[in-house]
Amino acid sequence: MNPDRRQFLAWGTAAAAGAALAPGLRLIELVQARSPEEAASALRRWGLLIDITKCADCDVCVSACNEENGLSSHGRPQTDAQWIRKVALRDTRSGYAQSLPLMCQHCAEPPCVDVCPTGASFKRDDGIVLVDKHICIGCRYCVMACPYGARSFVHEALSGQKADVPRGKGTVESCTLCVQRVDRGETPACVEACDRDGGKAMLFGDLNDASTDIHRRLRSEPSRQVRADLALNTGVRYQGL
Amino acid sequence: MMRFAVAVLVAVLSVAALAEGQTGGASRVALPTIKIEKGDACVAPTGEMRRNHMKFLLHQRDLTVHQGLREPRFSLKQCVDCHASRTTGSVLGENGFCASCHAYASVKLDCFECHTPLRETGAAGTTRVTGKAAKTR
Repeated sequence: MNPDRRQFLAWGTAAAAGAALAPGLRLIELVQARSPEEAASALRRWGLLIDITKCADCDVCVSACNEENGLSSHGRPQTDAQWIRKVALRDTRSGYAQSLPLMCQHCAEPPCVDVCPTGASFKRDDGIVLVDKHICIGCRYCVMACPYGARSFVHEALSGQKADVPRGKGTVESCTLCVQRVDRGETPACVEACDRDGGKAMLFGDLNDASTDIHRRLRSEPSRQVRADLALNTGVRYQGL
Repeated sequence: MMRFAVAVLVAVLSVAALAEGQTGGASRVALPTIKIEKGDACVAPTGEMRRNHMKFLLHQRDLTVHQGLREPRFSLKQCVDCHASRTTGSVLGENGFCASCHAYASVKLDCFECHTPLRETGAAGTTRVTGKAAKTR
């Protein structure tokens, strides 16, 4: 046996021993936070899988979103910013009622980006659709173009913004998939709240990584896109719809 | 000769009066309050920061928003955390690090229309969530 082959076998044995340590225990975490010097990569595509059958009759996802992103109400629901909302569905014949959280669907082909005249509405390389408020002129074309009604316009001067979530009058905004948390390697606030206080209906992960739970479930279980007929290839998928 | 001595005396007196007038005038102009709250050195030499901080911020802003690069060196959040007043917790206000210099230079400051001017843990007893100081700009 030559030394190279012996070395290779030794590595193989060590790797097998590592794998056999304990089920569920990984020596290397599969999803690691990007370092601050590393740009968002097109190798990843962040997405959500929401199981409506588990979606409890609560709004912890909405309040967690408001808390995380500093969305305060002016007491005017018509114009208050709304990044995620609970939508009630009811079958008119059978009376079967469901509710689901609806937010920016982080489309692969986002209509909001198509219509933006300044390039403020854009899709980040890792699939998160964002508004660059530095160049947003507040024309609200994207608000009209979005088939999910996911975008809000800030009508009034604000104060008390969160340090990681700048917001200002005259710009459009929507769900950022909690990009500030994702960049730190955490999950969005709604997902965390649903896991903690809700029905554990939401799953966040990398749609491109075959080793993630979200990829495994999308591969093996049925799921739907809202308005799949528009062929937008949404990053948010639903089950039980 | 006498005439020359008088001329010299008048010149000296007028220069002295002018100098006095200048110091008197300077006290009427609000000079910027440049009080460094935290640390001995900024992320770049002072001269470079004074001339180019807006360029650094603009560059960093595009990298952060579009590519998710959150390197803290030139981030606005980092500026605020070091430079915000320890009494008001803000970089705005009369003696705020950003506001006083921008008022002196008569340059409009837009950052804090959207970004919070308050440091993460503000002055004792105040937190960023209340945002009271943000209204007093």
